[in-house]
Amino acid sequence: MQLLGAGLGLKPEHYTDAGACVADGLWFEVHPENYMVGGGPRLDWLEAVGARHPLSLHGVSLSLAADCAPDEMHLQRLKALAELVRPALISEHLAWSSWRGNYHPDLLPFPRTTAALRRIAANIERTQEVLGQRIAIENPSHYLRLEQHEWDEIDFLAELSQRTGCGLLLDVNNVQVSAHNLGFDAAAYLRRFPATPILEIHLAGHSQDDASSLLIDSHDAPVSAAVWALYRHLIERIGPRPTLIERDDKLPAFETLLAERTRAQQLLDEVRAWQ
Amino acid sequence: MSGSLGAFQDAFVAALTGAPDSAAGEVAALVAQPGFAVYRNTLAKGCVDALRANFTAVERLVGEEWFATAATLYAREVPPRSGPLLEYGEDFPAFLQGFEPARELTYLSGVAQLDRLWLEVFSAVEQPVLALAALATKTPEQIARKTLVPRAALRWRWFAELPVYSIWSCTREGREVPATLVWQGEGALLSRNAGRIGWQPLERAGCAFLDDCAAGRSLEQASELALAVQPELDFNDLLGRLLSAGAFAALVPTTPST
Repeated sequence: MQLLGAGLGLKPEHYTDAGACVADGLWFEVHPENYMVGGGPRLDWLEAVGARHPLSLHGVSLSLAADCAPDEMHLQRLKALAELVRPALISEHLAWSSWRGNYHPDLLPFPRTTAALRRIAANIERTQEVLGQRIAIENPSHYLRLEQHEWDEIDFLAELSQRTGCGLLLDVNNVQVSAHNLGFDAAAYLRRFPATPILEIHLAGHSQDDASSLLIDSHDAPVSAAVWALYRHLIERIGPRPTLIERDDKLPAFETLLAERTRAQQLLDEVRAWQ
Repeated sequence: MSGSLGAFQDAFVAALTGAPDSAAGEVAALVAQPGFAVYRNTLAKGCVDALRANFTAVERLVGEEWFATAATLYAREVPPRSGPLLEYGEDFPAFLQGFEPARELTYLSGVAQLDRLWLEVFSAVEQPVLALAALATKTPEQIARKTLVPRAALRWRWFAELPVYSIWSCTREGREVPATLVWQGEGALLSRNAGRIGWQPLERAGCAFLDDCAAGRSLEQASELALAVQPELDFNDLLGRLLSAGAFAALVPTTPST
């Protein structure tokens, strides 16, 4: 397989640019939910980009942290898409969004209890069994203090990886946002995060909430200086990993995103050169 | 209430979607934190943005603010059922039909129906187009007893009273709706061919003909019924337009029950 360097979230506005772009290590990530269609231009575009670049499927609605098994129909649709585009990576979030037949389009929090750990581990196992592929689980952004946590987030993720063999997707921006909102040290969190299971790193921009002192994981701005610094330290410690620049809102020109992506690629190249 | 993950999720969803003071137990303490509003806002934005993307002509007609109000109310009544949000809004046209502020915008629900049909055409499964050559090898009698199967990426609808197609197509194409618009019934045909989605007006008999084809009636029966709906119809012209729009997937033997 081609070595994954720094990648970009793929947006419909950029299909043509993305397909034509040539850069070492470049890959693209999409939300599989946007491509769960019978056919048509969306799938054609994805297949065309996929013919030139490695793809990653980054799910937002499997709802692995819901207290029920993942929706079988959704899993089958994910599997069908994975068989079509043969992604280099498949990932999901340590969160829930679908519950009792309704989908709440957000990544919702839950108390990290041992019972939740068992449920989520079973859900990850079921997903990996259906897909026939290891998936990576991402740390979400946090906005609430839950008193009922029995587990620290890093220990919880590490234990899930131990139990299910899943990989981890470390979102550095989410760490920065959560650290600000919950009052912990982002650098210390990243130093403690287990290196081996990390299959992918996410970088994104955030914004300040209008109504409070909270930071919001809004994906509507360039990656912040603080997140770049955290990222640099992280890969100096753990070595290069596939790294994605996420941007979902206030979308700039493709070249602007590509410049951010080049910066990540240069950092990866520097770290690789030292090793 | 406390303890199980499922109970937490029930309470969290109730607090997220229900009245502000409806939260109980451990979730009540969460609702009091400023971060809870972030989830409420993200959730509402996710639903409204999805509807905005799925009903572009409706939004252009009513403006961002009006649309956001309607979409927010709809999302409260009918949350999405699953992650692929391209499918969200199945009942939005019906919701607009009964939405008091839309009472004078009599065409709006119809415009929403056409936005929805566009999405269905956009995401339908790929199928080959029945080639004219396939018809040329058969005698008119052979063809008359067979059924034309509409393609999965074909949609049509007749609006009996309003020029919904003109309003929708002008809006979708970024043209002004002409002041000379005649307020009478119109039909629409939407199709996808080689990845491109096209639309054109379709007369009442054309819509009826496609209904009959989809119901499995023979070409002979379907054309007779179409002519009964609209005696002045030039049937060959209709069939020519449908074939060049790539309307059909196959010509198959008619099933005896029809």
